[in-house]
Amino acid sequence: MTTVKITDLEKEYHGVRALRGIDLEVEDGEFVVLVGPSGCGKSTLLRMIAGLEDITGGTIAIDGEIVNDMRPRDRNVAMVFQDYALYPHMTVEKNIGFALRARKIPESEIATRVDTTTRMLGIGALHQRYPRQLSGGQRQRVAIGRAIVRDARLFLFDEPLSNLDAQLRDDMRAEIKRLHQDLGRTMIYVTHDQIEAMTLADRIVLLRDGVIEQEGSPLDLYERPNSKFVAGFLGSPKMNFIPGTILGRDITLAGGMKLPLPPHFKNAKQKDVIIGLRPQHISVAGKTVASGHAHVPVTIELVQPTGSRSHVTFPLGGVASVAEVDVHDVKSPGEKIALDINMTRAIIIDPQSEKVI
Amino acid sequence: MAMTSMRPHRRRAPIGRIVFIGIYLLFVLVPLYWMFITSIKPSDDYLAVPPVWFPKAPTLVHYTAALFAYRGLQGIINSLIISLSATVLSAFLGTLMAYSLARFNTGGKHLAFWVLSQRFLPPVAIVLPIFLIYRMFGLHDTYIGMIIAYTVFTLPVSVWMMFAYFRGIPKSMEEAALVDGCSRWLSFRKIALPLAIPGIVAAAIFAFIACWTEFFFALILTSRYTFTLPTVFRAFLGFQGAQYGEASALAIVSLVPSIVLGTLVQKHLVRGLTLGAVRG
Repeated sequence: MTTVKITDLEKEYHGVRALRGIDLEVEDGEFVVLVGPSGCGKSTLLRMIAGLEDITGGTIAIDGEIVNDMRPRDRNVAMVFQDYALYPHMTVEKNIGFALRARKIPESEIATRVDTTTRMLGIGALHQRYPRQLSGGQRQRVAIGRAIVRDARLFLFDEPLSNLDAQLRDDMRAEIKRLHQDLGRTMIYVTHDQIEAMTLADRIVLLRDGVIEQEGSPLDLYERPNSKFVAGFLGSPKMNFIPGTILGRDITLAGGMKLPLPPHFKNAKQKDVIIGLRPQHISVAGKTVASGHAHVPVTIELVQPTGSRSHVTFPLGGVASVAEVDVHDVKSPGEKIALDINMTRAIIIDPQSEKVI
Repeated sequence: MAMTSMRPHRRRAPIGRIVFIGIYLLFVLVPLYWMFITSIKPSDDYLAVPPVWFPKAPTLVHYTAALFAYRGLQGIINSLIISLSATVLSAFLGTLMAYSLARFNTGGKHLAFWVLSQRFLPPVAIVLPIFLIYRMFGLHDTYIGMIIAYTVFTLPVSVWMMFAYFRGIPKSMEEAALVDGCSRWLSFRKIALPLAIPGIVAAAIFAFIACWTEFFFALILTSRYTFTLPTVFRAFLGFQGAQYGEASALAIVSLVPSIVLGTLVQKHLVRGLTLGAVRG
């Protein structure tokens, strides 16, 4: 049973407030992902949980015990670093066994545990190698092995996949997910990659400039973002934001095009808005216009095929927008085509506050 | 794209580089060679015209004179004791201080540079006060006195080199050790220190060479008991004229430690010097 409770956490250094009023509760066995743009404070938060950074204000409690002044070694947490932080002058076996030796565990037990761990991660044959003789993926596995051999109560990951190439990142992401399923431990994971966040998290905590913008399950944040920032951060390709004005039952865009108001939108007073449309909700127009949809004729400017799908760019209301269509529907730039915009899935944003209404 | 650009063209022999290196080698090797043959020439050949390129009757008499009559051997022994002790102290203390500066930002923004700036001080400015203080405390012409002086004298450079070196080692390995179960001291001893060895070796070599060749402080602070090797050379410039043979002999002998050290550790030297510089 490992829970983490962070209350009103503050971090300030050199006069800069890196974290402000952070409240977060992590339940036993949960996989929580801290995600956000560079400089939002996610790594700082993780390091404060590990004990590598001082706490300016507020408290961090692990399993009900406040750990503010506890040294990292006493917190019983394991951490995987972005640059793996393997000890270059030690073999894989010594790297993984290091923590166990530091706690004076008998050698026989160390051997068994290191063996089990390396076999679990598929690096059983690499015991006597040095980090410089390993590939990126192997080093990553050793770093993870070093964390799990300790049987710690809390696992912290600081952007562990950033240094890997795309293919390897995909593979390792699946392995980490599997690891969580197998071990069932509480894990807190930091990344700037929203795909990692979406695929790995039980719960996402989206940070920006030192505060929590929104937290919830991946689907919650994806389908019900509460601000333009959250809406634009999750989802690939990025959501389209088109400014418009509400006149009657329609929204008028720059250039005169009209789109129907989403049926769920009730705010009568709002005039100037920003429409948030995901590329997945724009498709090639069929014969009929469904209720809440609109057909618009556009000229495609850019075609980026990604396999079975294609990301096409076109101007909408003066904004370069992206739609995700079947790769065979649009072949080349310059094509004139009619697109179906599904306004029932659109979100409406207030331009002043940038909040969703 | 013309076809001719595909053909690999012959590299011109780097004449300029060969000439330049050749001249430089001449510059370095000729004096060394001259010094060597002077040390084995009979005295008459020193300033003979035409110059004697290799003596017909080489002799070792200058070596024995330099080492024993002029007490060059005692000077070598004293220098070894003092330089080695000061080097070890300087490397040890310098490493500890540099670690503190690099990891804990001790003294804020300015302490590190202030330590280095001690080297800017001309020795002339402080040698007299130090002489007086040493006399007062009975440290004049003692091993301890010289070791202290040399340690302090080489510490700024040791600290600065190790400081740059530690800054080049990513903190994350020591942090991983902390999370894994080490205290600050253990993480230093088991992780940072082993990785710092090349830097320590480089710093130690610099310190040793500085101590081995130091003349000014040795002149003022030593006398008949702890005189160092460089001070022995003074005796060769007498009223009767210079003892070129003895001076050359002693000079050749004093080259030996530097060459031996340099050869043994040249691999570490380059690594230690550049590692700190490349990382930000």
